[in-house]
Amino acid sequence: MSMRTSRTARAGQYAALLGYLVFLAFPFLWLISTAFKPARELGSLHPTWIPDHPTLDNFRKAFDEQPLLQAAANSLSAAVCAALIAVVVATPMAYVMARRRSRLSTAATGWVVISQAFPLVLLIIPLFLILKNLHLINTRWGLIMVYAVWALPFALWMLVGYVRAVPAELEEAASVDGAGRLRTLVSVTAPLLTPGIVATALFAFITAWNELFFALVLLKTPEKQTLPVVLTHFIGAEGAADLGPLAAAAFLATLPSLVIFAIIQRRITGGMLAGAVKS
Amino acid sequence: MTLASATVRSGKHDPPAGPQDERPRPVDRKGAGTWFLVLPALIPILILSVGPLLYGIALAFTDAQSGRTRSTQWVGGLNFQDLLHDTLFWDSFRIGLVWAFGVTVPQFVLALGLALLLNQNLRMRWLARALAIIPWAMPEVVVGIMWRLVYNPDAGVLNETIRDLGLGDGRDWLTGLATALPAVIVVGVWAGMPQTAVALLAGLQNTPHELHEAAALDGAGAWRRFRTVTWPVLRPVALAITALNFIWNFNSFALVYVLTNGGPGGRTRLPMLFAYEEAFHYGQFGYAAAMGCVMVAVISVILAVHLAGRLRGGEDR
Repeated sequence: MSMRTSRTARAGQYAALLGYLVFLAFPFLWLISTAFKPARELGSLHPTWIPDHPTLDNFRKAFDEQPLLQAAANSLSAAVCAALIAVVVATPMAYVMARRRSRLSTAATGWVVISQAFPLVLLIIPLFLILKNLHLINTRWGLIMVYAVWALPFALWMLVGYVRAVPAELEEAASVDGAGRLRTLVSVTAPLLTPGIVATALFAFITAWNELFFALVLLKTPEKQTLPVVLTHFIGAEGAADLGPLAAAAFLATLPSLVIFAIIQRRITGGMLAGAVKS
Repeated sequence: MTLASATVRSGKHDPPAGPQDERPRPVDRKGAGTWFLVLPALIPILILSVGPLLYGIALAFTDAQSGRTRSTQWVGGLNFQDLLHDTLFWDSFRIGLVWAFGVTVPQFVLALGLALLLNQNLRMRWLARALAIIPWAMPEVVVGIMWRLVYNPDAGVLNETIRDLGLGDGRDWLTGLATALPAVIVVGVWAGMPQTAVALLAGLQNTPHELHEAAALDGAGAWRRFRTVTWPVLRPVALAITALNFIWNFNSFALVYVLTNGGPGGRTRLPMLFAYEEAFHYGQFGYAAAMGCVMVAVISVILAVHLAGRLRGGEDR
């Protein structure tokens, strides 16, 4: 900033920023600290930030207590399939919505907005009945279908923003040069759009990886359940008895999202905002 | 311009968001092939989203229950009549509104502060940006578990800090009748604040820098510059974000499900938790669907009022 800022104002800004950093970081640091504490220290009435005798016992116990690997595999397959389906299906429609102003694209935009306002319970009860009639309750494919369709609104939202960022002039120039419609799309538009498509897919992946509500309703048997559902099993009816394994499992479940999110975070903001401001 | 791009860390990779973009120009004026491109998304949307939503609304007018042999009957407005007298539902509705306001407002204020700070040329900016990712990327289940560890009466960091400061023995935050709702609201604010901040930051970076400098040269103080230059640009973004946050918060489930599961004594039972129990513990599909309908209706009214502000502010796009 070029405005002259007085020294006290600067100091105030740093103090405020520090406050934010503490507020944002402390629960996460506490989670990590708890995950590495031996049982004896967890029972102590005076817990410390840094474990006196850090241990990996909690991680071992977490895997013993609940089928974490199976759950992670379930989450992974559901999230990958849902993200791929959502993006493959949404990209062409997003292209049309971004490039052509028609009643259809207005309706689609309206639906994207409205679908955000509906409480999921209004969607899950009929879906539950439909999937039950199709014998898809407690199956991977039932969950994948629900996740893919659920991911569609924001996939469209983000992708429309990315398509608009590709100058239409480039496509016009290509068609003037004699390239066919399909060729223009494949050789001009697609390469420019790829980073946005990847970001959208990764965002859909994280959302599905983190999702609890649908999975809780649709998956009954433990060997089918996803990671978020299995994590809730660590919390007994009377609250968590075993804090260490709970913290360890929760910490592990977060890592994939954190890594992916760190990579795509800036793209997501840009994409969502482009959609929000322009439509 | 160099100054502006110094603050826009991400500028060149992002799609150029913002009102300065031109209207999209139609490439294909004849529209050939459009339907072919739209169908793959349109069909699943209609079958698995629009259809079920309408079906869900229809269910609200039936006595549908899970696992019943007798066929489902239309009961007209009976579910809604019952809801009207269901004090537990209205308790939960009131809790939902308190929660949604209680989270959305501080979330926005804190997020605006953070966004303004991150827009300054401060040294810890990258760190704050990186940290802001954590609550955003975390599964809500993990956020809930994490804060249970923080709030834990014996082994939690909050009570330990209170004990260290000599402020007493601390308490059992999540199971206390008076503290449970405020405690989950704090978690809600924590979980959603960074996302709002990053979105507001993106909005801030659309603020014309020259205007800011001109205002500063004219002797406008920080508050005046914010009010006359920054806020008018930010206002549409702020309205959209607060509206979305309010809806998401009102309809949220996982966070509170993990933190308190609606307890103690229903003090944190959000409408979604109530409807979930009604539908999937007691099998009352029709009744739960009616709850969903009431939630949509009330939220729509609140939003209409909120967004009317957008129309009143005449100079907005």
